[in-house]
Amino acid sequence: MPRVSVSVEVNGVRHEREVEPRLLLVHFLRDHLGLTGTHVGCDTSNCGACTVHLNGEAVKSCTVLAVQADGARVTTIEGMGSERELHPLQEAFWEHHGLQCGYCTPGMIMAAADLLERNPDPSEREVREALAGNLCRCTGYHNIVKAVLAAAKAGGERATAEPPEAPGEPTIPVTGVGA
Amino acid sequence: MSATDGAATNGAGRSGYVGRRMRRKEDPPLITGKGVYTDDMVLSGMLYAAIVRSPEAHARITSIDAGPALALPGIHAVLTADDLDLAAGMPMAWVPPGVEIKTPEHWPLARGEVKHVGQAVAAVFGEDKYAVVDAAEQVVVEYEPLPVVVDPEKALEDGSPLVHEEFGTNKTHEWGLGSEDMDVAWEEADLVIERRIVNHRVHGAPIEPRACIAEYRAGYLTLWTTTQIPHLTRSFLAGSMQMSEDRIRVVAPDVGGAFGVKLNHYPEEAIACAAARRLGRPVKWTETRSEHMATTIHGRDQIDRVKMGLKRDGTITGIHINVIADLGAYFLLLTPFIPSFTAFVAGGCYKIPRVRTDITGVFTNKFPTDATRGAGRPEATHLLEVMIEQAAAELGISPVEIRRKNFIPKEDFPAEVAVGVVYDSGDYHGTLDKLLSKLDLDAFEREREQLREQGVYRGIGFSTYMEICGLAPSRVVGPQGVGIQAGFWESAVVRVHPSGSVTVFTGTSPHGQGLDTSMAQIAADRLGTSPELVEVIHGDTNTGPYGMGTYGSRSLAVGGEAVARTAVKVQEKARRIVAHLLEAAPEDIELAGERFSVRGSPDRGMTLAEVAGAAYIPENLPEGMEPGLEESTFYDPSNFVYPFGAHACIVDVDAETGKVSVVRWVAVDDCGPAINPMLIDGQVHGGITHAIGQALYERIHYDENGQLVTGTFVDYCLPSAADVPSYETDRTETPSPTNTLGVKGVGEAGTIAGSPAVVNAVIDALRPLGVSFINMPLGPMRVWEEIQRARAGASEGGQSA
Repeated sequence: MPRVSVSVEVNGVRHEREVEPRLLLVHFLRDHLGLTGTHVGCDTSNCGACTVHLNGEAVKSCTVLAVQADGARVTTIEGMGSERELHPLQEAFWEHHGLQCGYCTPGMIMAAADLLERNPDPSEREVREALAGNLCRCTGYHNIVKAVLAAAKAGGERATAEPPEAPGEPTIPVTGVGA
Repeated sequence: MSATDGAATNGAGRSGYVGRRMRRKEDPPLITGKGVYTDDMVLSGMLYAAIVRSPEAHARITSIDAGPALALPGIHAVLTADDLDLAAGMPMAWVPPGVEIKTPEHWPLARGEVKHVGQAVAAVFGEDKYAVVDAAEQVVVEYEPLPVVVDPEKALEDGSPLVHEEFGTNKTHEWGLGSEDMDVAWEEADLVIERRIVNHRVHGAPIEPRACIAEYRAGYLTLWTTTQIPHLTRSFLAGSMQMSEDRIRVVAPDVGGAFGVKLNHYPEEAIACAAARRLGRPVKWTETRSEHMATTIHGRDQIDRVKMGLKRDGTITGIHINVIADLGAYFLLLTPFIPSFTAFVAGGCYKIPRVRTDITGVFTNKFPTDATRGAGRPEATHLLEVMIEQAAAELGISPVEIRRKNFIPKEDFPAEVAVGVVYDSGDYHGTLDKLLSKLDLDAFEREREQLREQGVYRGIGFSTYMEICGLAPSRVVGPQGVGIQAGFWESAVVRVHPSGSVTVFTGTSPHGQGLDTSMAQIAADRLGTSPELVEVIHGDTNTGPYGMGTYGSRSLAVGGEAVARTAVKVQEKARRIVAHLLEAAPEDIELAGERFSVRGSPDRGMTLAEVAGAAYIPENLPEGMEPGLEESTFYDPSNFVYPFGAHACIVDVDAETGKVSVVRWVAVDDCGPAINPMLIDGQVHGGITHAIGQALYERIHYDENGQLVTGTFVDYCLPSAADVPSYETDRTETPSPTNTLGVKGVGEAGTIAGSPAVVNAVIDALRPLGVSFINMPLGPMRVWEEIQRARAGASEGGQSA
């Protein structure tokens, strides 16, 4: 199969590759660049596990061809924050138990970041509607929604660990590194 | 039976990590994209596999031509059944004493015939993952179609097409449990009601599909796989690959949800292992979502004909359940057993003198069913909780009062029930009372009236559930009991390193439940250290002892208890070392917070790190003591655990469209003392959502030709964040006497509780329109049709699909 060259800036680093025209962006990220934080869950753009940002907007990378990303900027979960310096959404998902198996989490965080970019102070309903394209089978969404609202409240500042919502149940601190 | 277990020392020091909210140790990699799921891994020289699957539901394979596929570049092999060199097919572990089960041969690749859509026929191996899919499409398989049977009731009729000709019937087995004198129950009753309750076929559908990588290198096999049971998978492979078990390593890396569907040994795992050995290259297979929906186990699929007798005051005299269980075309690990679980839970929270379940298993041309979150118990709770509200309506008693009337009272525990098991502990009135205190039923009634004026029908449904989990006492579930060919203990090793940090090895194999954290909390309390210094390792047969895996809400009640007991053993040894070094008596050494100190002289003491440092240098140890600080346990509980709770669901139904909206959910659950309340809430939230999914949206649907209609997430609708509300959860804590932690399982509770609350709420909402009964799933079409039928004076009252 003929190959075409693409040049994509991913998490601030420019990558040039020769790829099949049919190569999906999600496979370009996972298989060609080794960025395996972006997951594949459904192949039909329903589950959103593959959500990344393309030129600043959330897209489902299983429905974008790598060639469509030629010349574009892509941000994946690996570009959001590190274990030493978490993005406020990552911090909030951790603090509010917004994940269990973690498989949907990268896509969920990327979709939530897109929402907060457009709407920094969403209502619970707006969060639920905005995440309707990202499926989670573990959490029942309750704590995901809580995490996104908490991150919004943190106002884009680097979140400090908030006290837990349950009175009388002090949180035991766990550090990110080595925890 | 259980009191003796509970008498063992709990052993917790005073650190008090158990019982506190603690955010999860497992999260930092998962929130930063650094998790390692099976499909994330790449091995040097790895080939990709694609499976050629049957488009026919039942057919004879007349020819397979791999030539066109093999002609494509980069394709190394196309293998069919005879090429795999396997000594055994797919395992099925249930051999109930005295029951004949017709167990068909089930090979990883079809031999001669296919019996369901998606059955694996051949496997293609090549260097590029897109190219192997192209090549699979070029494998030419010719089929001679055979008659198909999809409806399990029709499959039992004379003259039905047969799924397995050699058996002469589609009936797999019959199995019953419970009272022998049900006639007495009907004689004693003032009212006998009967309903046909359909618990339709669903899918566990974790967001991570299955995947596996097999590597065979110089006589050693490694399989990385999305599994809940790495150790059992290794045992199965030892048999099928005819290899010594010590030369096989099975690893469950991060697993992206499972809910029972990864509690199995699947054909693709065997195919990958056999191919890796034959081809001399590592082999990776990753499931598509379409494959997942068609060829990863389904759940439920029971037609339950239920008969309940009651006295005029609401007292239940008996319940009989006749189950037709559609098991699909083959058996996987526990396929025919799962409906039996319904029988054990059939009495629920209630003091019912006579309870009986009779099960008929049926082959159809569908994929096998097996354990799916709850596994037989959601079916039991569903039918029982729907029946009790049906009965309440017929008797003119409130749904709350009829439950209170029949609850097993708290003072009756431990309570032996009609089906022969002994409920460990419970306070069913307590959870219901707490639920009611949160609900405000007066406000509900006011809102209901206001909404009616706007054309919205609001209803409330309850579910007071009891379930049996923490699998399990081996003597009950094992070969001489129910007949599963295994033990059901769990193992743990607690290793304190010379520096004082701790590694816990557990034989269970979690996939998102948070056990790295809860087990660390348990161990930390007993060792006088911080959970931050306790690492929990699981899911690798090359580390730690043999283990049974995660299912049946067992990982904490059995696996966590094994960790607790092991940590207590380490603590005992630490005490003896401290006593020796501080020249005190061992019984005078207490674990006070994070320090072992001499009772009455708190300034004299040692930290765990100091004890551990000493333990590895024999000159520090009492005469005759082995060096090191490490212990292990294989814990086989004496009984199951029996969590319970009370849930209420409030729905709004748009009578014009039939659309149901869940507007409020209140849940009070009791799984014993919390280890980490945050994790319990998370399990309950997810479990409820799973149940709402089945009640309203999800259905595995085959058409009459055996074609899977709901084969992607476009058609199989998981609930999204926009479809469910935030939940109001609370707890009571009634300890189980079965284990020293007092804990019961909670991973399946929400799912077991949930679906009848939804159905009862919809019926409650629609009673003013004449609807008195309806079966799941309650999509708009079915609800709307039932409303129309009721308006025409013909509510089906138990007969609707």
